[in-house]
Amino acid sequence: MPSLAPLVTIRDLNKVFESRKGLFGEPRRMTAVNQVSLDIPRGQVTGVVGESGCGKSTLARLVLRLLEATSGSISFDGVDLLKQSHGAMRLLRRRMQMVFQDPYSSLDPRYTIADALLEPFQVQGIRLARAEARQKVEALLAMVGLDARFAQNHPHQLSGGQRQRIGIARALALEPDLMVLDEPTASLDVSIQAQIVTLLEKLKHELGLTYLFISHDLNLVRYFSDRIVVMYLGRIVEILPDAKAAPRHPYTQTLLDSTFAPDPTQRRDISKLTGEIPSPYNLPQGCAFAARCRHARPDCLSRRPELETRSDDHAVACFHPLTQP
Amino acid sequence: MALLDVQDLSIDIAGIKPLDAIGFTVDKGETLGIVGESGSGKSLTALSIMGLLPLIGGRVERGTIAFDGMELTRLPEPDYRRLRGRRIAFITQNPMTSLDPVIRVGEQIDQVARLHLGLSGSAARRHSIEIMERLRIPEAATTWHNYPHQLSGGMKQRIVIAMALAANPDLIIADEPTTALDVTIQAQIVQILGELVREKGVALILITHDMGVVAQACDRVVVLYAGRVAESNTVSAIFASPRHPYTQALIGCIPRNAMERGSLVGIPGLVPSVARYPAGCRFHPRCTRSESLCEREVPVLERLASGAEIACHVADKREASHA
Repeated sequence: MPSLAPLVTIRDLNKVFESRKGLFGEPRRMTAVNQVSLDIPRGQVTGVVGESGCGKSTLARLVLRLLEATSGSISFDGVDLLKQSHGAMRLLRRRMQMVFQDPYSSLDPRYTIADALLEPFQVQGIRLARAEARQKVEALLAMVGLDARFAQNHPHQLSGGQRQRIGIARALALEPDLMVLDEPTASLDVSIQAQIVTLLEKLKHELGLTYLFISHDLNLVRYFSDRIVVMYLGRIVEILPDAKAAPRHPYTQTLLDSTFAPDPTQRRDISKLTGEIPSPYNLPQGCAFAARCRHARPDCLSRRPELETRSDDHAVACFHPLTQP
Repeated sequence: MALLDVQDLSIDIAGIKPLDAIGFTVDKGETLGIVGESGSGKSLTALSIMGLLPLIGGRVERGTIAFDGMELTRLPEPDYRRLRGRRIAFITQNPMTSLDPVIRVGEQIDQVARLHLGLSGSAARRHSIEIMERLRIPEAATTWHNYPHQLSGGMKQRIVIAMALAANPDLIIADEPTTALDVTIQAQIVQILGELVREKGVALILITHDMGVVAQACDRVVVLYAGRVAESNTVSAIFASPRHPYTQALIGCIPRNAMERGSLVGIPGLVPSVARYPAGCRFHPRCTRSESLCEREVPVLERLASGAEIACHVADKREASHA
């Protein structure tokens, strides 16, 4: 397994958004994804965690080229994605699919569930005979644990959890290698979230899928992922080699401290937690977290630490990383 | 006597009965968590206490809501109006719905103090800035002049909390106050609410779906399922030995530290919609331990010697205290 090349290799990826305040306003630039380099190993779950504005959803869309990167490279199974034509990209998308946070807005309300599940084949110009189409729909529904009778329903007749199952079934239709999961459970109740996460685990195991799993929920990411990428204001600040690794970046520790365990014997002292996430439009010159960091020293304000990988595959972008006992 | 004592509360909205015999108490200086999934009746419980059911075409059908000795279900609207915002404050999930976009945030806090405490303009402003500082709003005197859109989500929620505090209420009802916020900001808000309870002796009802927030911030917990109380207990007992299968399942759904992959268990099925509540125990179609009795008979909410309450035919109701 480790000898295999990663399925996706991202190098120095940048995405800059420009906007203007009013017709004659000064243009403002916001770097949503900033010099991101990341490998997504085959058959593993790479988790990306961070708060609003950290660039995690932008990164997800860049990986599938649903957004065009400003610069950098993305290699998918050896193919340089950013150099592909639209036609070539469409073919490649059979192998890479996305599950969105809100399955309701990604399903056309007028389509039946069967129509929605067959749409990927139409987009790809794959013709299916009627019997074959029906079989596909039934197999996809079964794969996500739904009864075949749902085929003739419309999205509004389904619950949020059932709609997310349809979102997953649709992503699976073309038998992809890579699934990008962008907060797939964020709008669901915890009991349904657990159902969906269990389903995603089962599918990964059965179909040998590779996941890029985006979430704001560190506990969920730690439960679900093999490696954890922590982003803050567009940059990767830490890559934890496994879910149990102790954080070395003070921001990751802050995230961990802010995440309450469902256990009153583990109450946290959060009185020292202060500060707001700065605006991504005017980032400080040094480390973006320095203003909120209890460990910050003068050098953190003047220079920006680069992401450096240690011997144990643990990467951290910090001049004064935490040393855990 | 508890500050708030809700007994046997049932409500009616256009013929449907989304709350059935809800009961709980909250004392001064205490935080009560009300937990449950969407559709469990958490927010309707809050609206009932606030006397706001008529706004959504509902009414209290049965039961009592006693607040500091007053019976709220029979309180005339003008009296209710003097209570709301003055003695009982309400914090909603989305701060934007509570803030007027065209009025400076500080002015909105001032209004509460002027209306309910009768403070003069300058005294109200001093009062507001003092509250803003207590909520650790940076540069409070400057932020006073900002409009809501100039503030971040976490800062707006602090302004809403400041408005809630401006009249020195006895009871704060916070309905999912941190759900829309980032985790580091959520943690700060939970911390601030906890300080208010400890330092000012405010009673707090924290309505949430997040068992992590409950474990961090609450003293006691009421677990609602489909409009009924499933279980209530102290926070330590609820997490250490949940009795109701629903409470057990709800806790089992939450990924936690050092949990092995594959050990997360969802709850099969869905919370039933209010029009289709099943007979008997409303949780029985999703319950792994349901028996034929559960399908027929509504379990009564039993009060145990320790004060814990549970509504379940199959749960273990023995208590270890006599040992």
